[in-house]
Amino acid sequence: MKMTNYIIRRLLLIIPVLIGVSIIIFIILSLFSPEQRAAVFVTDVKQLRNIQSVIKKHGLDAPIYVQYFRWIVEVLHGNLGWSKTAERPVLDAFFYFLPNTIELGLFSAPLIILIGIYLGEASAVYRDKPIDHLSRIFAIVGWSLPSFWLGLMLLMIFYGYFSGLLPPEALGVQASLVVKSGNFVRFTKINTIDALLNRRWWIFLDALRHLILPVITLTIIDCAMVMRIMRSSMLEAMGKGYIITARAKGADERTVIKKHARRNAMIPVVTVSGYLFAMLMSGVVITETIFDRKGLGWWWARAAIQLDIPAVLGAVLFNGILFVLTNLIVDLLYAYFDPRVRLG
Amino acid sequence: MSPELLQKKEKIRKRLEPRIKELKFSLSRIKKSPLSMVGLCIILFFAIIALLAPVIAPPKYPYDPYRIPRYGYSATPKPPSWEHPFGTTEGQYDIFYGVIWGTRTAFRIGFMVVGSIMVIGIILGSLSGYYGGIIDEVIMRIVDTFMSIPTLILAMALVTALGHSLDKVMIALIIVGWPSYARLIRGDILSVREETYIEAARATGVSDFGIIFKHILPNAIYPLLIMASLDIGAMVLTAAALSFLGLGAPIGYADWGQMISFARNWIIGPPGKPLAYWYTVTIPGIFILLFVLGWNLLGDAFRDILDPKLRRK
Repeated sequence: MKMTNYIIRRLLLIIPVLIGVSIIIFIILSLFSPEQRAAVFVTDVKQLRNIQSVIKKHGLDAPIYVQYFRWIVEVLHGNLGWSKTAERPVLDAFFYFLPNTIELGLFSAPLIILIGIYLGEASAVYRDKPIDHLSRIFAIVGWSLPSFWLGLMLLMIFYGYFSGLLPPEALGVQASLVVKSGNFVRFTKINTIDALLNRRWWIFLDALRHLILPVITLTIIDCAMVMRIMRSSMLEAMGKGYIITARAKGADERTVIKKHARRNAMIPVVTVSGYLFAMLMSGVVITETIFDRKGLGWWWARAAIQLDIPAVLGAVLFNGILFVLTNLIVDLLYAYFDPRVRLG
Repeated sequence: MSPELLQKKEKIRKRLEPRIKELKFSLSRIKKSPLSMVGLCIILFFAIIALLAPVIAPPKYPYDPYRIPRYGYSATPKPPSWEHPFGTTEGQYDIFYGVIWGTRTAFRIGFMVVGSIMVIGIILGSLSGYYGGIIDEVIMRIVDTFMSIPTLILAMALVTALGHSLDKVMIALIIVGWPSYARLIRGDILSVREETYIEAARATGVSDFGIIFKHILPNAIYPLLIMASLDIGAMVLTAAALSFLGLGAPIGYADWGQMISFARNWIIGPPGKPLAYWYTVTIPGIFILLFVLGWNLLGDAFRDILDPKLRRK
């Protein structure tokens, strides 16, 4: 019963944020002229040839609040406009570019979390020992590295120096020909998974080869945050009463750390996973641009340069929804596992 | 000096005394922490470069010193030489000149953006925390909204709308950056609002303004400084990323992010010499890295030194 109440309360909290995101998007939108704005309402490139009719049809010269509600209705119907960089409607383009980005996230997120938690824990357990100093230096340098520069340096060394060892883009020429051909079934549109399902091992290896550098770049940049949070929460947990009790009862140090300290220390890491996702998406824009992987980030970066308004606003909307949803899931899991939250 | 003036001076001295004592204590702690000294040295190094920029790299166009001089129009970068200590990048822009004057750009971005978001954050956060109610509700929902969109992506959207230039990048970063400060200040105010000393101040007739600025903010200033130091690094990094994507400084403007975007086509050298153009990307990148590292080291050390919970341990 309490849980249901909590879920309802938590769901209601989403509404003002989503309305807020839509208002931000609309304010940005209203900075453009009606002619530029028209693209947001168009579903087919042919309509763009007669912009004046689009302006008239969607009332782009009407008062601002009227326009806002008209726009919201369009968005709720799934019409986010025409993206000229992707040459298709924004929603279609989104699903077109999504698989490559999911693939990148699928490989880097676990690495970020595992390495971050491991280093943070080691750093706290061996406080002021060499491993602590090393991982703290790693974290602060990783935090200060410009992601685009790191990516370019890795590309310079591993693609340039080792004669094409770890290439940019998502797939090699040969592999992408096979992938596009008829006898390769695209189950998920994620290259690595599809290659496995089609039992084409060399395509899998090729896709993996193209993934290594982007994944390394994202991991180095983002795992600093996880590490930092894990270290401080682990330090806090190690000083708690239940640790002393566990030790007093004669539990060996490994059990104390693994079973008692780590479990409690991981809670703050879970709470920030919404922000982790947001950071990952920022990182994806840069890494995909550098490594020329045609995913969401690559598309958004191009869209921003070429004034492709519908795509850029779609990016803001997508990220707002993603953040709200991840936070919702985290909070619900959190309430499920920790009764203090839902009762409090 | 008249006795009244002396008395006044004495009064001011007395009021400032505890603060000066704390400041001296903080400084002694900073001196003892090697990492914060490294950070401080890096920042001082860059400050000297920025101040002496006209001496180190005399501008070719005195009326427009941020324009990087070009030495020819060939696309291929040229390696370091006596005339161009760091070489030239795509389009024969002098890398040395670019990174030296880019230091000024970085400081300007960092100080302008973080200074503005601190002011906005303090004002809105104080309003929100001190008055509560509907004001608080509205401001906090706006904060939530802004914080739900990744910095870089919201900044990209804003720059797309405002236009591509360095000033627009700074405006976008200000719009993106203030919410975390507002939230911090609000939390601080909420935690002390009901304390006895605030009530005492209110009872003696101190105005709301006076209470916020004289009694609440001085106690919240350290977390704010820590955040500001870390944010100067973060904002310079985001601005560089935007410039790199081609959304920031105009072409030829002394800006580190843009220097790296010049280098993008020259990552891989001609056959047989894969690292031939290493200087085009490595040098500006090291400048960004060190600058951001300096602020992060300082902020990180501040966290240990200035945090009231940790400082006396």
